[in-house]
Amino acid sequence: MNIWIEQQRALIDFTLASLARRKARNLGLLAVYALLVFVLASVALFSHALRHEATRILADAPELILQRMVAGRHDLIPPGYLEKIGRIRGVQKMEGRLWGYYYDPVIKANYTFMVPTAGGVERGTIVIGTALERVRGLALETGISFRAYSGKLYSFVVADILPRDSELVSADLVLMHEDDFRAFFEFPAGHYTDIALSVANPQEVRNIAAKLAAALPDSRPILREEMLRTYASIFAWREGIILAILSGALLAFAILAWDKAAGLSAEEKREIGILKAIGWETGDVIRMKIWEGVLISLSAFLIGYVAAYLHVFRAGGVLFEPVLKGWAVLYPRFQLTPEIDGLAVATLFFFTVVPYTAAVLVPIWRAATTDPDAVMRS
Amino acid sequence: MNHRPARLVLPLLAVALAGFALSFVDAALLREHHAVRIDTSHALAKRLGLTDIALFTEARYTRHPSQADLHAPFQDHPLALEHFPTGSLIAPPRHEYLDRTTARAD
Amino acid sequence: MIELIEVRKAFNQGKHNEFWALDGINLNIEAHRVTALCGPSGSGKTTLLTLIGCLARPTSGRARFKGEDISGLPERFLTQLRRRSFGFVFQQFNLIRGLSAEENVMLPAAPSGLPQREVRAKAAMLLDRLRLAHRRTARVEWLSGGEQQRVAIARALINDPEVLIADEPTANLDTTLAREFLAILESFASEGRTVILSSHDPLVIQSAAVHRVINMRDGRIVDNQ
Repeated sequence: MNIWIEQQRALIDFTLASLARRKARNLGLLAVYALLVFVLASVALFSHALRHEATRILADAPELILQRMVAGRHDLIPPGYLEKIGRIRGVQKMEGRLWGYYYDPVIKANYTFMVPTAGGVERGTIVIGTALERVRGLALETGISFRAYSGKLYSFVVADILPRDSELVSADLVLMHEDDFRAFFEFPAGHYTDIALSVANPQEVRNIAAKLAAALPDSRPILREEMLRTYASIFAWREGIILAILSGALLAFAILAWDKAAGLSAEEKREIGILKAIGWETGDVIRMKIWEGVLISLSAFLIGYVAAYLHVFRAGGVLFEPVLKGWAVLYPRFQLTPEIDGLAVATLFFFTVVPYTAAVLVPIWRAATTDPDAVMRS
Repeated sequence: MNHRPARLVLPLLAVALAGFALSFVDAALLREHHAVRIDTSHALAKRLGLTDIALFTEARYTRHPSQADLHAPFQDHPLALEHFPTGSLIAPPRHEYLDRTTARAD
Repeated sequence: MIELIEVRKAFNQGKHNEFWALDGINLNIEAHRVTALCGPSGSGKTTLLTLIGCLARPTSGRARFKGEDISGLPERFLTQLRRRSFGFVFQQFNLIRGLSAEENVMLPAAPSGLPQREVRAKAAMLLDRLRLAHRRTARVEWLSGGEQQRVAIARALINDPEVLIADEPTANLDTTLAREFLAILESFASEGRTVILSSHDPLVIQSAAVHRVINMRDGRIVDNQ
């Protein structure tokens, strides 16, 4: 065992000494490699944590949302729908919901106006999300005016601010009283944006959705399961610009690594010949090269992964902000709970360490099996 | 030139490995620390009946992807396949009730 | 110590450019002596050295090292034997560029699994003995020809071999350095090592340090003094 360890230490020493000969080149390679792992790991960690976070926060979203569709577009629920639904057995509770979007030309941001079904907001007051508080410079008890789409100006007093901790779901919310909402948007009386339903027996939710679709043919039921699925698949591997950009970077790196690792120079061939002549076995040469591949790729993996962890969970994924923000003005400040997908980390490890090591090894195999007397003959 | 590169590099590698291991410890600690925050968000989402996260506020179908229909990303113009940048980050929702079979007009 | 019986060696056997580098060599090399293989280039000196040093196997015939038949040994055992019992000084020195003198000297010991500290101490001792202590950490390509050869000698000795094999050792040295090299060889023989070298340099062949000269031509021994 001791002999084995000493052997490996000697081989590692030699590997490092030979890598140190082209310090700039090898450190550059390591840096690019680590950067690639960093980006990949950041995306993997961020998207997994966000998926997890979203599904946990929205776990108790309404069981069923009923929308009305007109000409393929979401339209208002006219009066009478609630009564019709009330006749369907198994529906436990139903609420007409009022919400909509408001574009604020002052800061060029979109807000989500909403009436809490449980009430709790006084007339003339609003409760706002923290991103709005920040971007619009609002505070408790301050007044704010919004110009409605009708051209009229409405003033509200900020009665409360939603908890900062909930910013991921509430950044752009403006909660108001039903009367204010209807007046502001000139929302016709008795109409609703959509209907939230809860079902007596959760097993029956699909049947009830089918009954709703049959009873109200212009409606579209959305199950909670579907809402959660939307988030469970958000940033899935196959979609998104990030992967498109990454696949380019990945290919470029593959070429670079292959060129570096697989392109065996005459100099290296000569060195392997010397090593064999002075008493190294083919196995020693191969072990030495495995160490080279493992040391570079393992370092790149560890550096890249740890940096990605710090980036996503300690720095709030700052580098993703411009991408996720898009053209939006309001962007929630949030910290993700570090839910780490072990399988994804293992996959990343496997795909960073194994192919590179293999690429280092393949050409060596051929060179290492040449006759040791070649050095003397040349 | 240092005489023993392994003596320099192996400890560095050990530090990196320790950092890797520590990241999982840190994650476990942070998870505990974040539990309150998640509960707050969860409670708010439940109280208001929220269906979506407010990550992308730029367009209707990105603000409420779970409420948007399949046509939403194409709504502005038939040629504007994708208008908003974040729209390229999320796929349209896969709603089964939109695909319900229509009776054949035979 | 080393016995060769009817040894023949072919290159590119069975092809149109088949070539017999050695054609029936019978030879017995005694231990603790300096033996020189002498002859024009192409006479088979180097090929014979590769067979003696276990770098290659004869195509036919037998080779014995200390009474043991080594012509049929598998590659693995040949390598081990080569590492333990033979040290090589190549004509072009064959040092690994970019590494320091010390790192080069330590290389043959890497697969042995000896503690690094021991190997390092021994390398320092050898370099000191060859008056290279001050060049220990210098990269080998910064060394002069004579210094490079001394590094190569130190490398050949790191595993404490019984036999030292040198291929055209003086080809790249001037007269002074060549004499110095011969003096080093003599000291090895006197401490009980067997030295076998190839050369066509009269300076080597006529030297008092060389105990025996074997003349070769066209893959055969022509004159065995």
